[in-house]
Amino acid sequence: MAPTRSLTRAVLGSRTLAALTSPHGVDRYLELVNPMWAVHEVRARVVAIERETDTANPVATVTLQPTSTWAGHRAGQHVQVGLELPGSRRFTRVFTISSAASGPGERFTLTVRANDGGTVSSYLVEQARPGQVLHLSQALGDFVLPDPVPPRLVLLSGGSGITPVMAMTRTLLRSGYDGRITFLHYAQTPAHQIYADELAALAAADNGVDVHLVHTEAGGALFTPAALADVAPDWAEVDAYACGPAGLIERVQAAYADTDRLRVEYFKTPAVATGDAEGTVAFTRSGEQSANSGATLLEQAEAAGLRPEFGCRMGICFSCTARKSEGTVRNVLTGEESSLPDEDVRVCVSAPVGDCAVEL
Amino acid sequence: MTVTPLTGTPTPPRAARTTGSPAAADQQLDPTNVAGKYGLSPADLERFGEEMDAIRKRIVADLGEEDAAYIRNVVKTQRGFEVAGRALFYLPPAWPLAVAALSISKILDNMEIGHNVMHGQYDWMGDPGLNSRMYEWDNVCPSEQWKYSHNYIHHTFTNILGKDRDIGYGVLRMDEDQKWHPYYLGNPVYAFLLMVFFEWGVAMHDLEVENIVAGKRRISDNKALHAGIMRKVRRQALKDYVLFPALTGPLFPLTLAGNATANLVRNIWAFNIIFCGHFPAGVETFTEAESEDESRGHWYFRQLLGSANITGGKLFHLMTGNLSHQIEHHLFPDLPARRYPQVAAEVREICERYGLEYNTGRLGKQLFSVAKKICRLALPDRHAPRPGTPAASDQEEPWTRSA
Repeated sequence: MAPTRSLTRAVLGSRTLAALTSPHGVDRYLELVNPMWAVHEVRARVVAIERETDTANPVATVTLQPTSTWAGHRAGQHVQVGLELPGSRRFTRVFTISSAASGPGERFTLTVRANDGGTVSSYLVEQARPGQVLHLSQALGDFVLPDPVPPRLVLLSGGSGITPVMAMTRTLLRSGYDGRITFLHYAQTPAHQIYADELAALAAADNGVDVHLVHTEAGGALFTPAALADVAPDWAEVDAYACGPAGLIERVQAAYADTDRLRVEYFKTPAVATGDAEGTVAFTRSGEQSANSGATLLEQAEAAGLRPEFGCRMGICFSCTARKSEGTVRNVLTGEESSLPDEDVRVCVSAPVGDCAVEL
Repeated sequence: MTVTPLTGTPTPPRAARTTGSPAAADQQLDPTNVAGKYGLSPADLERFGEEMDAIRKRIVADLGEEDAAYIRNVVKTQRGFEVAGRALFYLPPAWPLAVAALSISKILDNMEIGHNVMHGQYDWMGDPGLNSRMYEWDNVCPSEQWKYSHNYIHHTFTNILGKDRDIGYGVLRMDEDQKWHPYYLGNPVYAFLLMVFFEWGVAMHDLEVENIVAGKRRISDNKALHAGIMRKVRRQALKDYVLFPALTGPLFPLTLAGNATANLVRNIWAFNIIFCGHFPAGVETFTEAESEDESRGHWYFRQLLGSANITGGKLFHLMTGNLSHQIEHHLFPDLPARRYPQVAAEVREICERYGLEYNTGRLGKQLFSVAKKICRLALPDRHAPRPGTPAASDQEEPWTRSA
């Protein structure tokens, strides 16, 4: 089996086959036969979806069987997930991998909270079914543990930010880690607690992991340096990894302001439109910035002294397409607004609404 | 002032142009402009444009699963014909079938898939395999260069003499206002050669060879383009003229000939469909002056009068990549082409209300009209230039400069 498989891969991945299938490439043919066959692209089949919480914004863990092209991941990394939603539009979002480190082609899990207005996350939690195929990137991100792993760690998290530190903990325990971990997590209430059973088991076992769960809407206090010192007196001399909502991360960063022990991870969320011609337009590639004048991104870029590529200047030729990394834009032809992060827009017909960042 | 108007009435001389304040001019018709000839004021054009925008908006709001299923089905069909064509070359008696299947594959790939996907018609799906920035077609012209000359130059400056290089492709005389030169005696021959080698002509289009001959462009300007073209040519040639023939072993010459024939069939078909899009009698050309700082309404107006349709059945429309609806394509270049037949009746009704010609006809009629024009324009104009015809001789016509 294994030799046949590697021979198949060698043939499918060969330069000859690439030349024969030019200009479309081997994957464009394979996918028509079986979406789980690929030579370069990474896709995954949903194996199972299990609820973690049943709160207003429920959380579920999605188990994925990737194609053989999946190169594996390190604990703490994330992956881009492309999902075709009803209406035939594919949306791509980033989710942290919650399972322990995986090898090439191995199954892994995502733990996803159904955000308000989060089309992809809501779909994955509430509507996706086993068998469905998703489009993936390879694992990304450098929010990972160093090698060798230090003998002492503080893992701080809030809400669904528990996923990367849970992946780290699972990986360390699986590999027989003999150091000590302080695992401090903040959730709203016990009902909001993700991985409640597994965390209870971790806390009960003799494994070097001190689990501290704080439920802030059930009498628990918000994060303070003093609270951290209570559970980890040595915290200032220990490598710490934090992931969670902006409020928590700001408090944690303030506590660690005088040390270089802290590593944080946070994700961008869709912007909320703030009205017309306010805010700042950031041109991230050139580093320029200017007050939003309400004109199109192309005009504002030119006013800022940039010379972005363009063609028709009326939205028909797609020459000026650029990536908007954050913020809301209004299509000046249709009036439609779009707030998705990392979205390709035609800058000649897109005017920013409020703060906006575009890769120009 | 360009093609003899549909009504047959001669265009009034430019001297008749009214002079006055810009505000007053807005209220009046300029008979030397195409819009004035059709009796449309700027306000009329604005209303015309709003009606077109309304159609556009409605279709954009309706894009969804049907469009996605359609294009994916076409892709699947095209790949099926491609695989079948390549496989049938192993059966020598099936050679004609193999050529037919491969020809269909290449036509679908270039026209209904490639041309339309590269227009961004399916970018809204977010599928990298159907995205205008990533799609590459089965053709020697690199998609990157084609998108510049086609999506930008041709679709923005459609039928503006001196700006739209698709008027004669720098080789042919396709409009009276291109000044005649003895070189154009070869017009029918050049057209025939362009038909046979169409994909190569398309690949060389961006090099603007005519402008190099005319001394308006330096060979060094093309350096960046050469590498892209050569890379694409090598890949296409390796596949069609070396690897696939070699894979059929002793049948190498037959397969090679079959692949070349399929490319030729695609060239002839694409050339004929495309030439019916802008060159049949009655299609208007425009001057740079009248198109400068034009309104959105005038842009729509120019797209409409600069294009011509071909009538036919569903299969015919598919095989033309819906360029049989060239008018709708030019009005709405980034809407999925399968929508063009759906909006055609409405576009035509709007045209009637504004007294605008909706140029359409059977393939035979449009082809004959184009062939006639190619031959007629090979010869010098029979009558002297009309007095006051706006600067026909000043048109940026490369060949006259080079001579």
